[in-house]
Amino acid sequence: MTQSSMPELARKPSAGFDLKLWGPFLALAGLIVLGTLVNPVFLSPANLANVLTRTAFTGIIAVGATFVITTGGIDLSVGSLAAFTAGVMIVVMNALVGPMGAGMGAGWPVVLVGMLAAVGLGLVAGLVNGLLVTKGRIEAFIVTLGTMGIFRSLVTYLADGGTLSLNSGMRAVYRPVYYGGLFGIPTPVLVFAAVALIGAVILYRTRFGRYCAAIGSNDEVARYSAIDVDRVRLLAFVLQGLCVAIAVILYVPRLGSASATTGVLWELEAIAAVIIGGTMLKGGHGRIWGTVVGAVMLTLIDNILNLTGAISVYLNGAIQGAIIIVAVLLQRGTASKR
Amino acid sequence: MKLTLGLAAALVAGVLMAPVNGWAQQKIKMGVSIPAATHGWAGGLNWHAQQAKAKLEKQYPNLEVVLVTARDVGRQANDLEDLVSVRNIDALVILPFESAPMTDPVRAVKQAGKFVTVVDRGLTDPSIQDLYVAGNNPEMGKVSAQFMKQKLGGKGDIVVLRGIPTVIDNQRVDAFQEEIKGTQIKVLGMQYANWNRDDGYKVMQDFLSRFPKIDAVWAQDDDIALGVIEAVKQAGREKEMFILGGAGMKDMIKRVMDKDPLVPADVLYPPAMIAEAMEITAKHLVEKAPIKKEYIIEATLVTPENASKYYYPDSPF
Repeated sequence: MTQSSMPELARKPSAGFDLKLWGPFLALAGLIVLGTLVNPVFLSPANLANVLTRTAFTGIIAVGATFVITTGGIDLSVGSLAAFTAGVMIVVMNALVGPMGAGMGAGWPVVLVGMLAAVGLGLVAGLVNGLLVTKGRIEAFIVTLGTMGIFRSLVTYLADGGTLSLNSGMRAVYRPVYYGGLFGIPTPVLVFAAVALIGAVILYRTRFGRYCAAIGSNDEVARYSAIDVDRVRLLAFVLQGLCVAIAVILYVPRLGSASATTGVLWELEAIAAVIIGGTMLKGGHGRIWGTVVGAVMLTLIDNILNLTGAISVYLNGAIQGAIIIVAVLLQRGTASKR
Repeated sequence: MKLTLGLAAALVAGVLMAPVNGWAQQKIKMGVSIPAATHGWAGGLNWHAQQAKAKLEKQYPNLEVVLVTARDVGRQANDLEDLVSVRNIDALVILPFESAPMTDPVRAVKQAGKFVTVVDRGLTDPSIQDLYVAGNNPEMGKVSAQFMKQKLGGKGDIVVLRGIPTVIDNQRVDAFQEEIKGTQIKVLGMQYANWNRDDGYKVMQDFLSRFPKIDAVWAQDDDIALGVIEAVKQAGREKEMFILGGAGMKDMIKRVMDKDPLVPADVLYPPAMIAEAMEITAKHLVEKAPIKKEYIIEATLVTPENASKYYYPDSPF
């Protein structure tokens, strides 16, 4: 009897409390109003395009993080991995342009190889994290704290402590991937939308997505239900690695460089975006669209602070922190008013 | 039991006698403590320190250079303790992360009887150091402001991108503002860009949205300036303004050399100063060469005329 009533109980809050689901969207709307009040330039198409394009990197990574967190895991290595992948991509492309000669060498084939290298590295890194967590039986926090340090050092080593810069001929070829677009929408925004859409389909419409949530809410029960828990966890990390690679492919053409400062704190931004979006840090509930909104909000806060001279720059961090807490409070507060 | 006691006694005697019988004198140890390569300039710093280590150890066979890098103030203080107690250094060359918090840890090193060279960021108690080698932060802000005044004809709207909130950043910005006081140069906006390209790009994008007319950008740092250049290009507003960076990164010096209209000049703040400090200290340690107490490296304005002198294509910075 209790068993049959369980699904109903679970369904009720999610169906009845739209506010919880819409909380992040409300917070976003609030921020947009605030931004417009602060400076009307905020709503200009150019500014909105800037904000969304900037969001793309952490946003795409956050989509991957949604899966890892939904399974009850965490990945702290994504920022460092992004920097390392960007470094490797630049090194690979520069090396390829060299022997082929700048005349014919600097072209799309080289970019393609660079992209493949990025994707390969992302997948392998995800696999390593995932295997250490599942087969190594180490907490995800510790594993990814370790790989975070490793990737960060590797990029510093690759760059000799300095900055890796992409060959200028290659930059000209690769540039449109960041600066170009379709119908006036910048490419990174389109890719971000596509990644989010695919992420939503995977999380909400596939068996893998449902397994992620099941493992996150209770991995013992999931195991008894004949779910291959380790495999799903591993896949979530691999998916995260892939997302990082995609973000890097969009990031490299922007400034054509990678250094020890690339992607610093992206892991926290991604995790914050996921939580602001309504996914539980302890796992079990994943919300892709919430994550997207969370990522946009984080960029918006920075943007709004840059658009106003009214607040002392020394207080930027405090404002950011306060807005993040209020956003989550709004969401949790409405949820508890059942 | 007797054997162990005897062994221990021998060991103790050995350690006590070591300095006397010249065991430690064979190698003079110089500890070098600098911030890790967390941004471009510090990357250059690390490169120059490593070059100098290799060069000095070759030049003086009885010198050993121990190079340690730290990610924050706390770790740097730990490094100093290790250098003194474990590595047993004879001299310390330090570029402190922050002036005030590092003052006491460096004082402890000095009290342990070591020779102390302070680089770049002065301690709050200058009596500790035996030697001070530094760039001149207020001078850098002043030289930058003078160039702005001259280039703008004393009139115009500018934006300022600051570094990481630190003493260095404050000194530069204060001197800059002091120098433009009384002119018709107006600072429209000021934001931190943390001495890095991504933040330079983001902050500049927002400045470009916010202000329809900007005559010049003081980016203060070459990494920030490179991000700013991309943002300005993306907005298609290259003709409207010029950008003044600082440090002497090779890409920026190259642009000045090539007469890029966006980058008419650069102000030096060379990371090579660490190499200079290490060389002076080593020379003093090994050859007992007499030294001045202070070496201040001036903030030179790099223009197309003198740029080739400051161009190091092999440096990572």
